[in-house]
Amino acid sequence: MKKASLLMIIGPLFLLGLYVFPLWNIMLGAPQYPDPLGLNIHISGLQGDNEFDIQNIDGLNHYIGMQTLPKPEDMWEFGTFPIIIGIMVAIGVLIGFLGYFGKVSYKWFIGWFALMSIMGVLGMYDFNEWLVDYGTNLDSNAIMKLTNPDGTPMTYKPPLFGHVKMLNFDVTSLPSIGAWLMFIGMMLTLTAGFMGWKNTKKQ
Amino acid sequence: MKINNHLIVTMGAALMLVSCGQQNQSSNGALSSSAAEKVYVAPGEQDEFYAFLSGGYSGNLTVYGLPSGRMFKEIPVFSQFPTSGYGYSEETKPMLNTSHGFVPWDDLHHPDISQTNGELDGRWIFVNGNNTPRIARVDLSTFETAEIIEVPNSAGNHSSSFITENTEYVVAGTRFAVPVPQRDMSISEYKGNFKGALTFISVAPEDGAMDIKFQLLMPGFNYDLSHPGRGKSHGWFFFTTYNTEEANTLLEVNASQNDKDFIAAINWKKIEEYVNNGGGTTMPANYAHNVYDEHSHTGTTTMKKEVITVDPTEVPGAVYFLPTPKSPHGCDVDPTGQYIIGNGKLSADLTVHSFDKMIAAIEGEKFDGEAYGIPILKFEDVLAGQVKSGGLGPLHTEFDGKGNAYTTFFISSEVVKWKLGTWEVIDRKPTYYSVGHLMIPGGNSRKPFGKYVVAMNKITKDRYLPTGPEMEHSAQIYDISGDKMELIYDFPTHGEPHYAAGCPADLLAPKSQKIYRLDENEHPYAVKTPTDAKVVRDGNEVHIYMSTIRSHFTPDNIEGIKVGDKVYFHITNHEQDFDVPHGFSILGQNTSELLVMPGQTKTSVWEPKQVGVWPFYCTDFCSALHQEMQGYVRVSPANSNLELKWSLGE
Repeated sequence: MKKASLLMIIGPLFLLGLYVFPLWNIMLGAPQYPDPLGLNIHISGLQGDNEFDIQNIDGLNHYIGMQTLPKPEDMWEFGTFPIIIGIMVAIGVLIGFLGYFGKVSYKWFIGWFALMSIMGVLGMYDFNEWLVDYGTNLDSNAIMKLTNPDGTPMTYKPPLFGHVKMLNFDVTSLPSIGAWLMFIGMMLTLTAGFMGWKNTKKQ
Repeated sequence: MKINNHLIVTMGAALMLVSCGQQNQSSNGALSSSAAEKVYVAPGEQDEFYAFLSGGYSGNLTVYGLPSGRMFKEIPVFSQFPTSGYGYSEETKPMLNTSHGFVPWDDLHHPDISQTNGELDGRWIFVNGNNTPRIARVDLSTFETAEIIEVPNSAGNHSSSFITENTEYVVAGTRFAVPVPQRDMSISEYKGNFKGALTFISVAPEDGAMDIKFQLLMPGFNYDLSHPGRGKSHGWFFFTTYNTEEANTLLEVNASQNDKDFIAAINWKKIEEYVNNGGGTTMPANYAHNVYDEHSHTGTTTMKKEVITVDPTEVPGAVYFLPTPKSPHGCDVDPTGQYIIGNGKLSADLTVHSFDKMIAAIEGEKFDGEAYGIPILKFEDVLAGQVKSGGLGPLHTEFDGKGNAYTTFFISSEVVKWKLGTWEVIDRKPTYYSVGHLMIPGGNSRKPFGKYVVAMNKITKDRYLPTGPEMEHSAQIYDISGDKMELIYDFPTHGEPHYAAGCPADLLAPKSQKIYRLDENEHPYAVKTPTDAKVVRDGNEVHIYMSTIRSHFTPDNIEGIKVGDKVYFHITNHEQDFDVPHGFSILGQNTSELLVMPGQTKTSVWEPKQVGVWPFYCTDFCSALHQEMQGYVRVSPANSNLELKWSLGE
């Protein structure tokens, strides 16, 4: 149980990477953008992959009537997520210590993992909702109003995961370092739970 | 590749044995296919070297790639350039100020890239204006002219703008001897009265700022070309002279009478020390110093009022003359600093002086008389050797860093490769036609990149499709990586290239600036956000603070302008994206357009003469809605009381 508890202490700490590294990354390449424009999604706000990328993405998107990219104060998520992550890290580490001193069982480890997973899924759902709004809620006075072959208005929702071709742009959306660190950390806590469970069975 | 080349050479040799007449034709096909591979830079690929070719009478500097011969940019330096508005915009007009007023043109000859420890460092490139003597510094991160300093007491600024091996000085020598200071006197009293000023301009290591340190007032010969000592000869500078006869008329005959002219060897370190210790004479002067500030995007002119002159006879041991046959033109120093080559343009031979022998002769005080108090060394004492080339009219020499030298021959139209030390001729190849300078990247530094040589010709004739009597000049690229030179490409240049300078692409490409930062824009009329855009009247001057972003001007409707107003359009480009300039022009403006780079502010003056509603537009196809990037200015009669009004999207 001591080894499992140590993992439970270390695992949540990986989530601290989210304060430094982006959670998600969306890259937009086009013939006239051989160096693609890029958007790094941090838990506290959006940043350009290069310094002026946000300004340049907004500049291009105004032609098709998209909203400008949100600033941290424009979305409650950017204020709330850092707090939630902080609380979850603190709780996780605390559970780990309590486990180490035999105060709680492995079930608490799995409980933390399950709660974090649910919040992660909710977070992804919320993120996707924003992508839908960003890509479909277009200015009715847009300079270029494009339609699909079937006559419906064209929308520009970036993919949640993977690559799509959007007009002249190749858009690729993938988890970034922060998400991978979070994944590793959560796997460590799951392992901690599993080890704790095996330990209990042995006794 | 190696095997192929051997085969070709063997085949060529075999064919020569069989039939001399067919040799050229037979091997041409094979050679040209491998030449094509050597110069072919596939779409999307980039060149291996930058080449900066002087534009001569275009007044500007052109940037090419090697080996492709593709032109990338024309950098405006001494000439007005309507393409960008250089010399037309209010910000850049001061760059062309001189003591003779606004001079919108010059004759740009000899680019030289800055060096550290005798190797190219790629910070700046210096160029000279020959006609109204000026030296310019071009920044190699923006590829724009950063500074121009006028050179007083000089005329025909030709033995310029060569730098010492740590860019301590950029040197400007006068081709024409003139009265110093200038005065009203008889031309026929030239001999013994005119002077030849050699100017040493210090370069500040941190920002490149130029300042005249001293002018050496030499006898009234014509100082043709120059190069610095390097390595062991660092601290010396060498100038070729002609017209040591001091003729003032029909020079083609009268300046060609002496069998030998001189190479002047200047120990500038000694003179620098002399000046630092208070030596020299401060002389009244009047010359312009024009500096462009990258943050205010504005050039300013300061008139300087004095210069320190040095009499060479006052600094013992600082100046010597090396007799050199036949009116030498190019003055070139090999990468080790040991050999000083005088290209005697009226001769078939090259004269090579030895630095070690020169020092020994000076220490042994073996003089062969003097000229105006300056000791003349004995020709035989300083001579290292002579290259019996068999060519005619040697002009300039460059080096490959592998012990070989390459010399152009104007009259016999060829490049001759020869060996330093043994003076034997290794190879010769024709040029098309009448070659002037040649350039090997780094070929006049301690570390040449001996892969290609570019020969720049004075005569084009039949090389390209004819374009009437006037044609661009031709240049040829030779592969010099093997024992024999191989002609691999031929391309037209712009203006009249004299000298050129080249360097590996990776020295400059990574630091080439993409945009100017808007948040660092310190132009007094810049607008940082579109909401700051405004129109302000001050008497009959109207200042329009205008911003641009894809695809509109802010403001784009302006009323309240009157006939007789002087309207300043201050355009700030709000883009912060690479390669998105916006242009500006308005109907009837008596000047050029502006091309404004991202983050930059430029100003155009418009003096409307007719009542009406006049359009302006973006001249650069900036975006899909470029064609919509336009606006109107309403011009009312001079006595109108219409208030100023401006708007966008109302």
